[in-house]
Amino acid sequence: MSGADQDWEEQSPERLYVITGGRSGASGHTTSLDLVTLIVSKAGPKPGMQPEQASIMRLCHSPLSVAELSAYMQLPISVVTVLLGDLLADGRVVARAPVPPAQLPDRALIEAVIHGLQKL
Amino acid sequence: MDFKSSETLVERPAQGPRSEDELPETAAAAVKVVIVGGFGVGKTTLVGSVSEIRPLTTEETMTQAGVGVDDIVGVERKTSTTVAMDFGRISLNDELVLYLFGTPGQQRFWFLWNGLFDGALGAVVLIDTRRLEVSFDVIGRLEERGVPFVVAINSFPDAPVHAVEEIRGALDLPAEVPIIDCDARLRTSSRDVLMTLMRYLHSLAGA
Repeated sequence: MSGADQDWEEQSPERLYVITGGRSGASGHTTSLDLVTLIVSKAGPKPGMQPEQASIMRLCHSPLSVAELSAYMQLPISVVTVLLGDLLADGRVVARAPVPPAQLPDRALIEAVIHGLQKL
Repeated sequence: MDFKSSETLVERPAQGPRSEDELPETAAAAVKVVIVGGFGVGKTTLVGSVSEIRPLTTEETMTQAGVGVDDIVGVERKTSTTVAMDFGRISLNDELVLYLFGTPGQQRFWFLWNGLFDGALGAVVLIDTRRLEVSFDVIGRLEERGVPFVVAINSFPDAPVHAVEEIRGALDLPAEVPIIDCDARLRTSSRDVLMTLMRYLHSLAGA
Protein backbone atom coordinates (compact mmCIF):
# COMPACT_ATOMS: atom_id res chain seq x y z
CA MET A 1 0.00 0.00 0.00
CA SER A 2 1.34 3.41 -0.87
CA GLY A 3 1.33 6.28 1.59
CA ALA A 4 -1.31 8.08 -0.41
CA ASP A 5 -3.77 5.29 0.33
CA GLN A 6 -3.82 6.16 3.98
CA ASP A 7 -5.40 9.50 3.22
CA TRP A 8 -8.39 7.75 1.81
CA GLU A 9 -11.21 6.49 3.86
CA GLU A 10 -11.05 2.81 2.94
CA GLN A 11 -13.92 1.81 0.67
CA SER A 12 -15.30 5.32 0.56
CA PRO A 13 -17.46 5.80 -2.52
CA GLU A 14 -15.21 8.68 -3.61
CA ARG A 15 -12.13 6.51 -3.62
CA LEU A 16 -13.86 3.76 -5.60
CA TYR A 17 -15.19 6.33 -8.04
CA VAL A 18 -11.67 7.55 -8.76
CA ILE A 19 -10.31 4.03 -9.23
CA THR A 20 -12.87 3.21 -11.89
CA GLY A 21 -12.80 6.63 -13.53
CA GLY A 22 -16.40 7.13 -12.53
CA ARG A 23 -17.75 4.00 -14.16
CA SER A 24 -20.00 1.51 -12.47
CA GLY A 25 -19.41 -1.65 -14.40
CA ALA A 26 -22.30 -2.13 -16.78
CA SER A 27 -20.56 -2.16 -20.14
CA GLY A 28 -18.34 -4.19 -22.42
CA HIS A 29 -16.41 -7.13 -21.07
CA THR A 30 -17.52 -6.62 -17.50
CA THR A 31 -20.95 -8.08 -18.11
CA SER A 32 -19.51 -11.46 -19.01
CA LEU A 33 -17.44 -11.76 -15.84
CA ASP A 34 -18.69 -14.12 -13.18
CA LEU A 35 -17.49 -14.32 -9.58
CA VAL A 36 -15.69 -17.51 -10.53
CA THR A 37 -14.28 -16.47 -13.90
CA LEU A 38 -10.57 -17.28 -13.70
CA ILE A 39 -8.25 -14.45 -14.70
CA VAL A 40 -4.69 -14.97 -15.90
CA SER A 41 -2.31 -12.16 -16.80
CA LYS A 42 -0.21 -12.42 -19.94
CA ALA A 43 2.73 -10.51 -18.49
CA GLY A 44 3.85 -8.67 -15.40
CA PRO A 45 2.69 -5.13 -14.57
CA LYS A 46 4.01 -2.34 -16.76
CA PRO A 47 5.54 0.85 -15.37
CA GLY A 48 3.02 3.67 -15.31
CA MET A 49 0.01 1.40 -14.92
CA GLN A 50 -2.71 2.41 -12.51
CA PRO A 51 -1.72 0.76 -9.18
CA GLU A 52 -4.89 -1.31 -8.98
CA GLN A 53 -4.42 -2.63 -12.49
CA ALA A 54 -0.77 -3.37 -11.73
CA SER A 55 -1.96 -5.35 -8.68
CA ILE A 56 -4.24 -7.42 -10.87
CA MET A 57 -1.41 -8.14 -13.31
CA ARG A 58 0.78 -9.24 -10.43
CA LEU A 59 -1.86 -11.30 -8.59
CA CYS A 60 -2.95 -13.12 -11.73
CA HIS A 61 0.39 -14.58 -12.70
CA SER A 62 -1.37 -17.83 -11.79
CA PRO A 63 -5.13 -18.22 -12.37
CA LEU A 64 -7.27 -16.35 -9.84
CA SER A 65 -11.03 -15.95 -9.69
CA VAL A 66 -12.71 -12.56 -9.79
CA ALA A 67 -13.93 -13.19 -6.24
CA GLU A 68 -10.41 -13.89 -4.99
CA LEU A 69 -9.11 -10.76 -6.71
CA SER A 70 -11.80 -8.74 -4.98
CA ALA A 71 -10.87 -10.27 -1.62
CA TYR A 72 -7.13 -9.80 -1.93
CA MET A 73 -7.45 -6.28 -3.30
CA GLN A 74 -10.14 -5.39 -0.76
CA LEU A 75 -12.24 -3.84 -3.48
CA PRO A 76 -15.89 -4.53 -4.30
CA ILE A 77 -16.60 -6.99 -7.13
CA SER A 78 -18.18 -4.21 -9.17
CA VAL A 79 -14.95 -2.18 -9.05
CA VAL A 80 -12.76 -5.17 -9.88
CA THR A 81 -14.89 -6.01 -12.90
CA VAL A 82 -14.50 -2.47 -14.27
CA LEU A 83 -10.71 -2.71 -13.88
CA LEU A 84 -10.74 -6.13 -15.51
CA GLY A 85 -12.85 -4.86 -18.38
CA ASP A 86 -10.06 -2.44 -19.33
CA LEU A 87 -7.35 -5.08 -19.00
CA LEU A 88 -9.36 -7.54 -21.08
CA ALA A 89 -10.03 -4.94 -23.77
CA ASP A 90 -6.30 -4.22 -23.92
CA GLY A 91 -5.51 -7.93 -24.10
CA ARG A 92 -3.38 -7.80 -20.96
CA VAL A 93 -5.26 -10.56 -19.18
CA VAL A 94 -7.31 -13.50 -20.35
CA ALA A 95 -10.52 -14.75 -18.78
CA ARG A 96 -11.30 -18.45 -18.44
CA ALA A 97 -15.05 -18.47 -18.30
CA PRO A 98 -16.93 -20.66 -15.83
CA VAL A 99 -18.87 -23.63 -17.09
CA PRO A 100 -21.81 -21.94 -18.82
CA PRO A 101 -25.22 -22.19 -17.13
CA ALA A 102 -26.77 -23.61 -20.28
CA GLN A 103 -24.77 -26.79 -19.76
CA LEU A 104 -26.08 -27.27 -16.25
CA PRO A 105 -26.79 -29.61 -14.71
CA ASP A 106 -24.42 -31.75 -16.67
CA ARG A 107 -23.95 -35.37 -15.61
CA ALA A 108 -20.28 -35.59 -16.50
CA LEU A 109 -19.55 -32.33 -14.72
CA ILE A 110 -21.38 -33.43 -11.57
CA GLU A 111 -19.49 -36.72 -11.66
CA ALA A 112 -16.20 -34.82 -11.87
CA VAL A 113 -17.21 -32.79 -8.81
CA ILE A 114 -18.21 -35.93 -6.89
CA HIS A 115 -14.95 -37.58 -7.78
CA GLY A 116 -13.03 -34.52 -6.62
CA LEU A 117 -14.91 -34.35 -3.33
CA GLN A 118 -14.30 -38.04 -2.63
CA LYS A 119 -10.59 -37.31 -2.53
CA LEU A 120 -10.96 -34.76 0.25
CA MET B 1 -17.95 -24.16 21.01
CA ASP B 2 -19.02 -20.87 19.67
CA PHE B 3 -20.25 -20.36 16.16
CA LYS B 4 -18.91 -16.94 15.51
CA SER B 5 -20.40 -14.68 12.94
CA SER B 6 -18.58 -14.37 9.67
CA GLU B 7 -17.30 -10.93 10.57
CA THR B 8 -14.97 -12.23 13.23
CA LEU B 9 -13.76 -15.43 11.59
CA VAL B 10 -12.23 -14.06 8.47
CA GLU B 11 -8.94 -12.31 8.06
CA ARG B 12 -8.45 -10.02 5.14
CA PRO B 13 -5.01 -10.52 3.72
CA ALA B 14 -3.44 -7.51 2.07
CA GLN B 15 -1.19 -9.65 -0.09
CA GLY B 16 -2.09 -12.15 -2.75
CA PRO B 17 -2.43 -15.89 -2.16
CA ARG B 18 0.35 -17.77 -0.44
CA SER B 19 2.34 -19.73 -3.01
CA GLU B 20 0.76 -23.00 -1.83
CA ASP B 21 -2.68 -21.46 -2.36
CA GLU B 22 -2.08 -20.63 -5.99
CA LEU B 23 -4.09 -22.54 -8.56
CA PRO B 24 -2.13 -24.56 -11.10
CA GLU B 25 -1.71 -23.07 -14.55
CA THR B 26 -3.91 -25.90 -15.83
CA ALA B 27 -6.98 -24.62 -13.94
CA ALA B 28 -9.37 -24.14 -16.82
CA ALA B 29 -12.83 -23.62 -15.39
CA ALA B 30 -14.65 -23.08 -12.14
CA VAL B 31 -18.04 -23.98 -10.76
CA LYS B 32 -19.78 -22.62 -7.69
CA VAL B 33 -22.09 -23.72 -4.96
CA VAL B 34 -23.88 -21.27 -2.68
CA ILE B 35 -24.32 -21.84 1.04
CA VAL B 36 -27.26 -19.79 2.21
CA GLY B 37 -28.52 -19.28 5.73
CA GLY B 38 -29.15 -16.76 8.51
CA PHE B 39 -26.48 -14.95 10.48
CA GLY B 40 -24.50 -17.16 12.81
CA VAL B 41 -25.85 -20.40 11.38
CA GLY B 42 -22.36 -21.60 10.47
CA LYS B 43 -21.97 -20.77 6.78
CA THR B 44 -18.40 -19.61 7.13
CA THR B 45 -17.65 -22.52 9.45
CA LEU B 46 -18.85 -24.94 6.79
CA VAL B 47 -16.97 -23.17 4.02
CA GLY B 48 -13.84 -23.05 6.15
CA SER B 49 -13.93 -26.69 7.12
CA VAL B 50 -13.78 -27.95 3.52
CA SER B 51 -11.92 -25.11 1.82
CA GLU B 52 -8.31 -25.60 0.80
CA ILE B 53 -7.70 -21.90 1.44
CA ARG B 54 -8.56 -19.87 4.50
CA PRO B 55 -12.00 -18.37 3.75
CA LEU B 56 -11.79 -15.02 2.02
CA THR B 57 -14.20 -12.13 2.11
CA THR B 58 -15.44 -10.18 -0.82
CA GLU B 59 -17.57 -7.11 -0.45
CA GLU B 60 -20.28 -5.52 -2.44
CA THR B 61 -21.86 -2.18 -1.93
CA MET B 62 -25.59 -2.11 -1.52
CA THR B 63 -27.13 1.08 -2.82
CA GLN B 64 -30.70 1.56 -4.00
CA ALA B 65 -31.39 -2.14 -3.95
CA GLY B 66 -31.55 -2.22 -0.20
CA VAL B 67 -33.82 0.75 0.27
CA GLY B 68 -37.24 -0.14 1.52
CA VAL B 69 -36.41 -3.62 2.69
CA ASP B 70 -33.58 -2.79 5.06
CA ASP B 71 -35.08 -2.86 8.49
CA ILE B 72 -32.23 -1.15 10.31
CA VAL B 73 -33.66 1.94 11.94
CA GLY B 74 -31.89 5.22 11.38
CA VAL B 75 -30.09 4.45 8.15
CA GLU B 76 -32.61 6.10 5.85
CA ARG B 77 -30.17 8.76 4.79
CA LYS B 78 -27.35 6.36 4.15
CA THR B 79 -26.94 5.69 0.46
CA SER B 80 -24.67 2.68 0.60
CA THR B 81 -24.04 -0.28 2.86
CA THR B 82 -21.26 -2.78 2.49
CA VAL B 83 -22.19 -6.43 2.57
CA ALA B 84 -19.56 -9.09 3.00
CA MET B 85 -19.65 -12.55 1.47
CA ASP B 86 -17.28 -15.26 2.61
CA PHE B 87 -16.04 -17.92 0.26
CA GLY B 88 -13.66 -20.84 -0.02
CA ARG B 89 -12.20 -23.03 -2.71
CA ILE B 90 -11.67 -26.71 -3.49
CA SER B 91 -9.51 -27.84 -6.40
CA LEU B 92 -11.39 -30.86 -7.72
CA ASN B 93 -8.72 -31.85 -10.21
CA ASP B 94 -6.01 -30.15 -12.25
CA GLU B 95 -8.57 -28.35 -14.38
CA LEU B 96 -11.74 -27.91 -12.37
CA VAL B 97 -12.16 -25.69 -9.32
CA LEU B 98 -15.16 -25.49 -6.99
CA TYR B 99 -15.92 -22.26 -5.15
CA LEU B 100 -18.22 -22.15 -2.15
CA PHE B 101 -19.94 -18.87 -1.35
CA GLY B 102 -21.72 -18.18 1.90
CA THR B 103 -24.49 -15.62 1.64
CA PRO B 104 -26.98 -14.27 4.17
CA GLY B 105 -30.53 -15.51 3.72
CA GLN B 106 -32.39 -12.42 4.86
CA GLN B 107 -34.52 -10.81 2.25
CA ARG B 108 -32.65 -7.54 2.30
CA PHE B 109 -29.58 -9.33 0.94
CA TRP B 110 -31.32 -10.92 -2.00
CA PHE B 111 -29.88 -8.29 -4.29
CA LEU B 112 -26.61 -10.20 -3.92
CA TRP B 113 -28.17 -13.27 -5.42
CA ASN B 114 -28.20 -12.27 -9.07
CA GLY B 115 -24.51 -12.63 -9.82
CA LEU B 116 -24.21 -15.35 -7.25
CA PHE B 117 -26.75 -17.86 -8.47
CA ASP B 118 -26.24 -17.30 -12.18
CA GLY B 119 -24.46 -20.45 -13.24
CA ALA B 120 -24.33 -21.94 -9.74
CA LEU B 121 -24.59 -25.73 -9.66
CA GLY B 122 -26.91 -25.56 -6.71
CA ALA B 123 -27.29 -24.45 -3.12
CA VAL B 124 -27.09 -25.70 0.42
CA VAL B 125 -29.64 -24.18 2.78
CA LEU B 126 -27.95 -24.33 6.15
CA ILE B 127 -30.42 -24.16 9.01
CA ASP B 128 -30.42 -23.82 12.74
CA THR B 129 -33.50 -25.49 14.21
CA ARG B 130 -33.72 -22.71 16.80
CA ARG B 131 -34.40 -20.21 14.05
CA LEU B 132 -36.26 -21.84 11.21
CA GLU B 133 -38.08 -18.65 10.15
CA VAL B 134 -35.27 -17.35 7.96
CA SER B 135 -35.35 -20.56 5.97
CA PHE B 136 -38.95 -20.21 4.75
CA ASP B 137 -38.25 -17.19 2.58
CA VAL B 138 -34.94 -18.55 1.36
CA ILE B 139 -36.45 -21.85 0.25
CA GLY B 140 -39.33 -20.11 -1.48
CA ARG B 141 -36.92 -17.83 -3.26
CA LEU B 142 -34.70 -20.71 -4.43
CA GLU B 143 -37.70 -22.61 -5.73
CA GLU B 144 -38.82 -19.49 -7.58
CA ARG B 145 -35.40 -19.17 -9.22
CA GLY B 146 -35.26 -22.86 -10.07
CA VAL B 147 -32.06 -23.40 -8.09
CA PRO B 148 -31.73 -27.01 -6.92
CA PHE B 149 -30.87 -27.25 -3.22
CA VAL B 150 -30.47 -29.54 -0.25
CA VAL B 151 -31.13 -28.64 3.37
CA ALA B 152 -28.42 -29.20 5.97
CA ILE B 153 -29.23 -28.96 9.66
CA ASN B 154 -26.23 -27.66 11.55
CA SER B 155 -26.25 -29.40 14.91
CA PHE B 156 -25.89 -26.88 17.69
CA PRO B 157 -25.49 -28.40 21.15
CA ASP B 158 -28.45 -26.56 22.66
CA ALA B 159 -30.75 -26.79 19.67
CA PRO B 160 -33.90 -28.84 19.93
CA VAL B 161 -33.62 -32.16 18.15
CA HIS B 162 -36.17 -32.60 15.41
CA ALA B 163 -36.73 -35.60 13.28
CA VAL B 164 -35.84 -34.93 9.66
CA GLU B 165 -39.43 -35.54 8.58
CA GLU B 166 -40.61 -33.03 11.15
CA ILE B 167 -38.33 -30.41 9.61
CA ARG B 168 -39.53 -31.38 6.15
CA GLY B 169 -43.06 -30.74 7.26
CA ALA B 170 -42.20 -27.47 8.97
CA LEU B 171 -40.42 -26.20 5.86
CA ASP B 172 -43.01 -27.67 3.51
CA LEU B 173 -40.30 -29.36 1.45
CA PRO B 174 -41.07 -31.83 -1.33
CA ALA B 175 -40.16 -35.45 -0.55
CA GLU B 176 -37.30 -35.53 -3.05
CA VAL B 177 -35.32 -32.65 -1.52
CA PRO B 178 -32.60 -34.18 0.66
CA ILE B 179 -32.34 -33.07 4.29
CA ILE B 180 -29.28 -34.03 6.29
CA ASP B 181 -27.80 -33.41 9.70
CA CYS B 182 -24.30 -32.02 9.80
CA ASP B 183 -21.63 -30.59 12.01
CA ALA B 184 -20.24 -27.69 9.99
CA ARG B 185 -17.04 -27.72 12.05
CA LEU B 186 -16.05 -31.10 10.66
CA ARG B 187 -14.46 -31.41 7.27
CA THR B 188 -15.94 -34.86 6.63
CA SER B 189 -19.41 -33.73 7.65
CA SER B 190 -19.28 -30.62 5.46
CA ARG B 191 -17.95 -32.68 2.59
CA ASP B 192 -20.87 -35.07 3.02
CA VAL B 193 -23.26 -32.12 2.71
CA LEU B 194 -21.66 -31.20 -0.62
CA MET B 195 -21.74 -34.84 -1.71
CA THR B 196 -25.45 -34.99 -0.88
CA LEU B 197 -26.05 -31.94 -3.05
CA MET B 198 -24.01 -33.41 -5.90
CA ARG B 199 -25.78 -36.76 -5.79
CA TYR B 200 -29.09 -34.94 -5.81
CA LEU B 201 -27.97 -32.88 -8.82
CA HIS B 202 -26.82 -36.08 -10.47
CA SER B 203 -30.23 -37.61 -9.99
CA LEU B 204 -31.85 -34.50 -11.47
CA ALA B 205 -29.50 -34.55 -14.45
CA GLY B 206 -30.32 -38.17 -15.09
CA ALA B 207 -34.06 -37.62 -15.07
